[in-house]
Amino acid sequence: MTLLINIFLSFLKVGAFSFGGGYAIVSFIQKEIIQNKGWIDLKEFIDIVAIAEMTPGPIAVNSSTYIGYKVAGFWGSILGTVGVLLIPSVLALILSIYFNKFKSQKWVKWALNGMRPAVLGIIASAGFTIGKVSFTDYISVIIGFSAFIGVYKLKINPFLVIFLSGALGLILYSVII
Amino acid sequence: MIPVIQKEVVDTKKWISQEEFLDAIAVTNSLPGPLATNAATYVGYKLAGPLGSLAAVFATALPSFLIILVIVIFFSTVKDNIIIQNIFNGIRPAVSALIFFAVINLIKFLGFNKTNILIALGSFIAITVLNIHPFIAILVSGTIGFFFLRKGRIK
Repeated sequence: MTLLINIFLSFLKVGAFSFGGGYAIVSFIQKEIIQNKGWIDLKEFIDIVAIAEMTPGPIAVNSSTYIGYKVAGFWGSILGTVGVLLIPSVLALILSIYFNKFKSQKWVKWALNGMRPAVLGIIASAGFTIGKVSFTDYISVIIGFSAFIGVYKLKINPFLVIFLSGALGLILYSVII
Repeated sequence: MIPVIQKEVVDTKKWISQEEFLDAIAVTNSLPGPLATNAATYVGYKLAGPLGSLAAVFATALPSFLIILVIVIFFSTVKDNIIIQNIFNGIRPAVSALIFFAVINLIKFLGFNKTNILIALGSFIAITVLNIHPFIAILVSGTIGFFFLRKGRIK
């Protein structure tokens, strides 16, 4: 029971502050769930991010469902997911009600002017942490570099990039080991 | 996911107009949490009030929830398999590459100026080197924006 409450509260916190969506949340989960709680290890979390990229739906929902289940089974996955979505959804509801008033609020824009570059830093730090664990040998560097060229220069979609990298990993690591 | 929602609620169901949808995206973008569920909250509210929001968020999250539930149950049993491990050893650097790509896109979007570089570097160093919780970075940068960035580019 305490564990379930902890899962709920941790994901509530992650959800409440995950400005910037998508990859920004990776950094929050890394700090709150992996470093502070130690519920799963970083490698497994990167695998979840990869799975999230290949399946529909927000990374936030995918990771909270996955981690919640790992830690406390079905109810853990429910409470994790509800926790991560609760505060953003309530805020979005309030905002929908006062939509026209909110749209013209200057202070929101001011705060966002500061927060946007901070989100950039947050996402970069997620990349840095994940990079440290992901680049273990020269094969991973080759794969990572190819993946970057694929998504940046060749404009291949992320799903395909992950799929191809998985195939490349299977081939290269099976041959070499 | 946003284009999918747009096609469904604007083009297919004609529940709200294109302009209203874009406005909703712009504003819900300023909130924490996934853009998809936030936009769903807005559309749901417009159509049927708070209960509409609840239904929309629930329905948006449900497919991913169920898919991941199946995957987590399955994945735990095959995780230690050597083939699966080799596949994920290849996938992990690709995830790093995707995040690096997202960073570059965001830099392009924000533009290079002294303030942006300073705040971005500050939050990066705070989190990775000083081990500070990212929500502190959000609070501090929001405060800085509120007091000092009133003239900055508004988008």
